[in-house]
Amino acid sequence: MTTTRDDAVLGYDEALAQFDPVMGLEVHVELGTATKMFCGCATTFGAEPNTQVCPVCLGLPGALPVVNAKGVESAIRIGLALNCQIADWCRFARKNYFYPDMPKNFQTSQYDEPIAFDGYLDVEIPAESGEGTETYRVEIERAHMEEDTGKSLHVGGSTGRIQGAEFSLVDYNRAGIPLIEIVTKPLVGAGHRAPEVAKAYVSALRDLLRALDVSDVKMEQGSMRCDVNLSLRPKAGEDPTSDAQLAVPMGTRTETKNVNSLRSVEGAVRFEVCRHAAVLTSGGSILQETRHWHEDTGITTSGREKSDAEDYRYFPEPDLVPVAPDAAWVEELRATLPEPPAQRRKRLQGEWGYSDLEMRDVLNAGAVELIEETVAAGATPQAARKWWLGEPARRANTQATDLVTYADQVGLTPSQVAELESMVVAGRLNDKMARQVLEGVLDGEGGPTQVADARGLELVQDDSALEGAVEKVIADNPDIAEKIRGGKVQAAGALIGQVMKEMKGQADAGKAREMILAKLGAA
Amino acid sequence: MGPRRAHRLARMPDLSRDDVAHLASLARIDLEPQELDRLVGELDQVLGAVAQVQEAPIEDVEPMSHPMPLVNVTRPDEVRPSLTPEQALAGAPLAEEQRFSVPRILDEE
Repeated sequence: MTTTRDDAVLGYDEALAQFDPVMGLEVHVELGTATKMFCGCATTFGAEPNTQVCPVCLGLPGALPVVNAKGVESAIRIGLALNCQIADWCRFARKNYFYPDMPKNFQTSQYDEPIAFDGYLDVEIPAESGEGTETYRVEIERAHMEEDTGKSLHVGGSTGRIQGAEFSLVDYNRAGIPLIEIVTKPLVGAGHRAPEVAKAYVSALRDLLRALDVSDVKMEQGSMRCDVNLSLRPKAGEDPTSDAQLAVPMGTRTETKNVNSLRSVEGAVRFEVCRHAAVLTSGGSILQETRHWHEDTGITTSGREKSDAEDYRYFPEPDLVPVAPDAAWVEELRATLPEPPAQRRKRLQGEWGYSDLEMRDVLNAGAVELIEETVAAGATPQAARKWWLGEPARRANTQATDLVTYADQVGLTPSQVAELESMVVAGRLNDKMARQVLEGVLDGEGGPTQVADARGLELVQDDSALEGAVEKVIADNPDIAEKIRGGKVQAAGALIGQVMKEMKGQADAGKAREMILAKLGAA
Repeated sequence: MGPRRAHRLARMPDLSRDDVAHLASLARIDLEPQELDRLVGELDQVLGAVAQVQEAPIEDVEPMSHPMPLVNVTRPDEVRPSLTPEQALAGAPLAEEQRFSVPRILDEE
C-alpha cells in the first residue's frame, strides 16, 4: 500500500486528448429529522459526547430498533424529486463490518432493495459557446436509507492510560442519524467537462434537497458528503457521446472519499483524471482502491486497497419489518414536492426581467432567495439585485463566506434592503447616501432608518438651499453657463458636480440638473 | 429491481485453507498455521452437517426474512430520553473524555 504524496500527473488537456472519463458519484445526506433512524435519541449537532445514545444505537443486547416514519417519508420525497421509481416493498439489510464507529458491528442499510431507484436529475452547465446553458442528464441508480456512524477521535499514547498504547475515543451521538445515500449510474459522455458536470450535479442536488427541506445540506459540517468514483477508458474519437465511445469498456475505478465542498468535487475529478492518465500512459495499471482527498493541497492519496476484506455479508435485517409504502401515500407525498429549482430559476428570471448575465451573477452570489424576499417586501427586482450584489456580496466574498451566511451574521434582512430602497424612491436618500446607510447597517449600527437618522443622512428637501447653491455655481462658472445657454446641455455635468459639493452630497443630483437647465433656459 | 431471488446453494464446495484464513482475517482473529490446518477439517465437518438442510425440498418456497407478515412498523419522529453518559459508558472496559476508548485501528480515517 503506497501513500506517496507525489503521484505523477499528466496535464488535463493532455489526459483528455487520449482518454474518456467515466464518473460515479455517491452522495450521503443526513436527514434533518428530530430523532435517529431507529430510536428516539435526539440528533442535535454539537451535543456533549454520548449524551444522545440509548441501547438501540449503542447496539446493546436485546434492544429493538423501530423505523422513524419521518425518515421513510423524507426518503420517498427525495426519490420522487429525483424522478425515481419508489419500491412498493423493500427491506433493510445488515452491512457487517468490524470497526468501532458502529457499536453493533454492522450498519443498518439497504442492499438490493433500495426504497427509490432508476431516476435522473437534469443539471445545467454553462454552454461552451459562452451563451446560455446546456443540460446534462445525471442518471440516478438508487437512493437508499441507512444510518450514520459514530465519530472517532484518535489519541496518542501519552494521553492513554496504558503507557505507549494508542486509542481511539468514540462518541456515538451521530451513530444512527438517518442518512440517504444517492448513487448515480456511471456518468458517461461528459468528456472534458466531467469535473464541471460533477460539481453542477452536487450543487443541483444540494439545491433540491434544500428546497425539499429534508436536510440542512451543510457540506462543511458533514451533513452532505460526496464520494467520487472515476475511471478512464481509451478515447474513440472527438465525440464523447458517440456509440463507438460508449462501446469502449470502462477502466478500473478509484473511489475518492469524503469530498466535502463543491470546489473539491470538481478538483477531485480533475486530479484523478490527471493521475490515472499518468499511470496509464506510462504503461501502469490503476489499482482499484479508496483514496483520500486533501482539501488543502488539492490532491488525493492512496487509502486502503479495495480487497476481499470488504466482504460485508449483507443479509436482511431480522429486527426490522419490510417497508411497503402505500401507493396513495406516495402520490400524496408527490403532491408536496416543491417546484424543481431549475424550473423555479427560469420562472423567477422571467418575472424579474433579468438578462442571462444578471441572473448568472445572482446565482453565483447565491442571492435568489434574498432577492425573492426583498421583492416580496416591496423593492423592484433591479433594486433588490443592485443592493444585494453590491457591498454585502463584496464583503461576503472578502470573508470567504456565502451571501446568505454573511447576511445572517450581520443581521441584514430582505425587509431592510426593501426599506433602504423605499427611502431612495421617496427622495429621502440619494444613491450615494443609500450606500453609506447600507454600510452602516452592515457595520451593526442598526436598521436603515436608524442609521440614516444617526448619521444625519437626509436629502435636503428644502429647494431654497439647492437653489442658492445652483446660483452660486452658475455665477462662479460664467463660461460653462454660457455654453449651456448655447445648447451644450452635456456641459451641465460639470456644474452638477460642483452643486453636489456645495450641498455636501445631500442633494438630489437629478433635481440639481433640472434646476441648472431651467435657470439657463436650456430645459 | 429484479424479482426476489431464492438463494439456493448447490452442494457446498469443500472449505479450503484460504477460505478459513480469509474468514479469520474478517473476524480479526490471529490463527497459527497449525490452527488453520485443524480448523479447515473441523469447519468442513460442521458445514457437511449443515449441508443436509439443503436436501429439503424447497422448490416452491419463497425465501423468508421475517416469520410474521408485518410491514410498516414505524414510530413518530419524537424525541425520547436518552441514557446519561454515565449509563452509556457503564459497560465500557475503558472510557476517557466521556467517550468509549477502543484500540486504535491504524491507517484508517
